Amino acid sequence: MTWRPRLAEGTAPVLIVLLLLLIGLAIAGPAYAEPSGYLALLKRAAPLMILAIGQYFVIVSGGFDLSVGALVTAGVVIAARLINGSESATARVILLVLGFGLLVGLVNGLVTTKLLVPSFIVTLGMLLVLDGAIFLWTGGAPRGALSAGFRTFGRGAVDVPLLGEVPWSVLILLAILLAAALFMRGGTGRALVAVGDNEAAVRLSGGQVDRLRLLAFVLSGLLAAIAAILLGGFAGVSAQVGDGLEFRAITAVVLGGVVLGGGRGSVVAAAAGALSLESLFTLLNLLGVSGALESAVQGVIIIAAVAYAALGSGVPQRLRWWPKQRDSARPAQPASS
Amino acid sequence: MSVLQENTLPVRSRTTRPAMRRRFTPTVIVYLALVALLVVGSVLVGLRGEVLLDQGGILNILTRATALGLVAIGQTMVILTGSLDLSVAYLVGLTSLIAAETMAGRNGMVVPGVLLALAVAAGVGLVNGLVITVLKANAFIATLGVALILRGYLEDNYTGPAGDVPRGFQHLGYDRIGPVPVAALLMLAAAALAWWYLSRTRPGYHMYAVGGDIEVARLSGVPTRRVIVTAHVLCSVAAGLTGIYLASRLGSGAPYVGTDAGYDLESIAAVVLGGTLLAGGRGGVVGTIGGVLILATLDTIFDDLEVDPFFKDVVRGVVLVTAVALYARRMVASRARGRLA
Repeated sequence: MTWRPRLAEGTAPVLIVLLLLLIGLAIAGPAYAEPSGYLALLKRAAPLMILAIGQYFVIVSGGFDLSVGALVTAGVVIAARLINGSESATARVILLVLGFGLLVGLVNGLVTTKLLVPSFIVTLGMLLVLDGAIFLWTGGAPRGALSAGFRTFGRGAVDVPLLGEVPWSVLILLAILLAAALFMRGGTGRALVAVGDNEAAVRLSGGQVDRLRLLAFVLSGLLAAIAAILLGGFAGVSAQVGDGLEFRAITAVVLGGVVLGGGRGSVVAAAAGALSLESLFTLLNLLGVSGALESAVQGVIIIAAVAYAALGSGVPQRLRWWPKQRDSARPAQPASS
Repeated sequence: MSVLQENTLPVRSRTTRPAMRRRFTPTVIVYLALVALLVVGSVLVGLRGEVLLDQGGILNILTRATALGLVAIGQTMVILTGSLDLSVAYLVGLTSLIAAETMAGRNGMVVPGVLLALAVAAGVGLVNGLVITVLKANAFIATLGVALILRGYLEDNYTGPAGDVPRGFQHLGYDRIGPVPVAALLMLAAAALAWWYLSRTRPGYHMYAVGGDIEVARLSGVPTRRVIVTAHVLCSVAAGLTGIYLASRLGSGAPYVGTDAGYDLESIAAVVLGGTLLAGGRGGVVGTIGGVLILATLDTIFDDLEVDPFFKDVVRGVVLVTAVALYARRMVASRARGRLA
């Protein structure tokens, strides 16, 4: 009996795309001839990958979280204002930012599950509220500064035996990814996917649908707060740090083969989707494609990825069936009643 | 097909609630809320010794409502069919540029400019619709992808305003009858047309059918693909009209006129605020116009009260979520009633 790697459904394509992009990077950029280049890539991609993991939980359970971009901005701006350069406040503020993420996730989840408002609307409302509130609080421009201790997580590195210097953010990312993968293999993770697939069935079989969806939003909020800490350290304080990240995270998740509407896809693939997206931007940059066209390429790619997934893992089969007049060959639909 | 199908019908919703009178549909609630808002706003503004609904106030509300209203009319159609369109904001910018650059200050080119802008808009809508129906991409991703492509094109080719609208064409943006801008009347006429189309014609009914349950619609012989494509073309044409209107107001085309105003998410918010179900199949243009007017009135009141502009966003978010929560409760209540009956 031969051992075959078991990949969750829909994971293979994104891994192939990622591999091709990484090979492309190795060819296009001399910096990618050695591991340090890839570590730098991973460090740059870590916040988006963490956001994608959080977004995955929400999407796979059948929702959307449009508030993560605003939450990242809020996290960075709050941290800068409260730390204000003082090293001693760092630990306290990090806890506060994480708590804020949890709270936002909790509110999103509670309004979605208890007030029955579609999550698209809830998180859109949260986006507006967060954006407005943060700027109201800071008076339009972020003030204060992050401490060096706070920024370590985003840009510092630590010596790891055998590997040498590894950025903190990569270690954090790997820990989160591992935890997420284990979580999704456990009972709660499987139930979460089941909620996205068929909520009524989960409810009827005694699953705690509301609690599971609430959990997804809380995790998304918490991970967005972590991403904010990493991004604040990596990129510094700005009021635009989170702009558009929600759509980028959703794109990454979809690129990873996760189906919008829930019920299908793996968390590792979602993270791989985020890494692919970041690699793609890096590659385009290396190839000298103008930054402006970047978004156009992103647009074409997500449409292609989703179309590929929707038209079937079966593009080859479909081509085989082409001459048979697919539509007329389809068996007549039995009357449903 | 509906992208955003989410639970609005959990089992526990069976708990009976005191039956509300059936005539309080979301549309009625929206207009009652609008009236209440106008009264409260008038009082608040009145306390500062000013008048909310004077000539300037009415003009302000209607001008704000015109552009968003046009986009939201189109967005209503796609949301009713269970789809949505995230590409409208960039399309507004693109069509404003096309119209202004084609006109290039010449009176004779006004008609070609308008037609070209509308044709491009219709083309983008066709692409949206085909990507969704033929490539079977989720509408959220399909229109987000098209939005990104449009954005790439705009960023690559434009750095700022371009083109020039002839003086004569600016009348469209600025002429008014009393306190009522002509463009607002045109927007209301478009809304009336959309209302007629949705509630009095066969293709309009088909949109509700597809949004309600696409499988049932297909089995009943509704050409579902054609309906979805039509909705997207009409939505994009509405966005194109917005671009043309804004070009006439600004005197030129501006690449980010649509995104700066956030017309993509804002129009969805207005539609949902107007009582249309995000999952499709329920709602209509009349409610949407009510939602647009509420948003425009809120803005005007806040301006009169000199409230911090960022506070507006907070209020907007809260209003949106509260409204939808109210509609959801009503639906749950009416379904519980339906089960009892």
